[in-house]
Amino acid sequence: MTATFPDLHMPPRLLAPGGTPTDLRTHQDRYGPVPQAAADDLLRLVAESGLTGRGGAAFPVHRKLLSVAAAGHRTGRTPVVIANGAEGEPASRKDRTLLRLSPHLVLDGIQLAAAATGAGEAHLAVEEGAPDLESALTHRRDPVPVKVVRLPARFLSGQSSALARYVGGGAALPAYQNPPIRERGVHRAPTLVQNVETLAHLALIARYGPDWFRTAGTQAQPGSALCTIHTPGHEPHVVEAPFGTPLHRLMPLHGTSAVLLGGYHGTWLPTPEAASRTLDATTMGAGVLMGLPADRCGLKETAGILRYLASQSAGQCGPCLNGLPRISAAFTTLAEPGPQGSTRTDVARWSGLVEGRGACHHPDGTVRLVRSALTTFAPELDAHARGFCTENH
Amino acid sequence: MNERIDIDWTGCEAHGLCAELLPEHIELDEWGYPLVANMPLPPHTLKRARRAASDCPALALKLRVVRDT
Ligand code: SF4
Ligand code: SF4
Repeated sequence: MTATFPDLHMPPRLLAPGGTPTDLRTHQDRYGPVPQAAADDLLRLVAESGLTGRGGAAFPVHRKLLSVAAAGHRTGRTPVVIANGAEGEPASRKDRTLLRLSPHLVLDGIQLAAAATGAGEAHLAVEEGAPDLESALTHRRDPVPVKVVRLPARFLSGQSSALARYVGGGAALPAYQNPPIRERGVHRAPTLVQNVETLAHLALIARYGPDWFRTAGTQAQPGSALCTIHTPGHEPHVVEAPFGTPLHRLMPLHGTSAVLLGGYHGTWLPTPEAASRTLDATTMGAGVLMGLPADRCGLKETAGILRYLASQSAGQCGPCLNGLPRISAAFTTLAEPGPQGSTRTDVARWSGLVEGRGACHHPDGTVRLVRSALTTFAPELDAHARGFCTENH
Repeated sequence: MNERIDIDWTGCEAHGLCAELLPEHIELDEWGYPLVANMPLPPHTLKRARRAASDCPALALKLRVVRDT
């Protein structure tokens, strides 16, 4: 399931060569022990590397580490680290692939993040049914204990306030955050939630330094990222690519009419536009790229995704609870040829009403998908309004 | 430093009381949930805003201190 394209000019950093899981002995032979470093030195390395979060938000890791460490000092509470491997995004495979092939890079990264923030406990959150990680932990001599936490497999379980709540013994549901969980999270302690891929990069930066890290990627967006590629007619596969890689080199675009960049909370792009784009931390979300086969209707695809997204709303927040099912139902109408009445303006209005009005970013991500679908598939929308279907049967 | 109205969306039950107490800052949407103008509260409104926060039946209306950057 993993592959590297020979023309990416980059040997994989994170995924073990050969596609076989790396056990502790092999890991230590390859990388040596976890470097011991003072918190300040680690923070400086991370700042110089320019590492950003790989869970979708691309937030500078250095700043997050700093604010958790500072909140720890200020409150006198020992911070908690949560490694987020609970890939809620249904189209993403990269975090589970990383955990299967290179679990010890992630576990090293957890220890380094704990050292940088002064944390005293750590949790590795994965989805229910994820393969065994406990045995990878047993032979390590980690200074900070790590517990594996298994979350209910839902789209929003991996949302950071949901994680903090679940680890603290509550339900895996997003919560109102003020102050933010990096100041008051698990059992009121400052809590660092960091994606597992980010932590694996951290493990390499601590060993090889920021200059090495910056040999991949661009000046503004250094490093590489794991992507899950969905090509019509093929199994999804995970590749590692530097930022700045042209998307057309990441996936074959022929035979597609559009590309969904960033997964279910992402953006549809018409194929000619996707062909001119590069891998960019601000648009790639958690790294999902899906090609839409040229003979399939993007509106139908989107309607299907929206039904799923509406079903995943935790139903806690009024605008999300009311808006998402309406938007989804409206899209099901738009996906079929026939009279549209006020449906398009309804969708636009409801999108405005749900955006920014929830305890988590689920409504915002859903609206991003909706708006990009309305633009990218405008010709199909017009055809449907005139009673035609553009899908080739 | 200023204070703004913030809604805990997991708590708000669309009682709409806040829109009555602070009509110049809060309107209700088509489902009865508050639409809040994201602006600093002027000093002469603060007292009423605090009352709206303490009177909200779901305790979902909060005042959030925003530091100027
Ligand atoms: S915004 Fe929606 S998905 Fe997020 S917590 Fe509120 S109801 Fe749940
Ligand atoms: S008074 Fe409270 S519960 Fe009622 S609409 Fe306003 S915020 Fe929501």
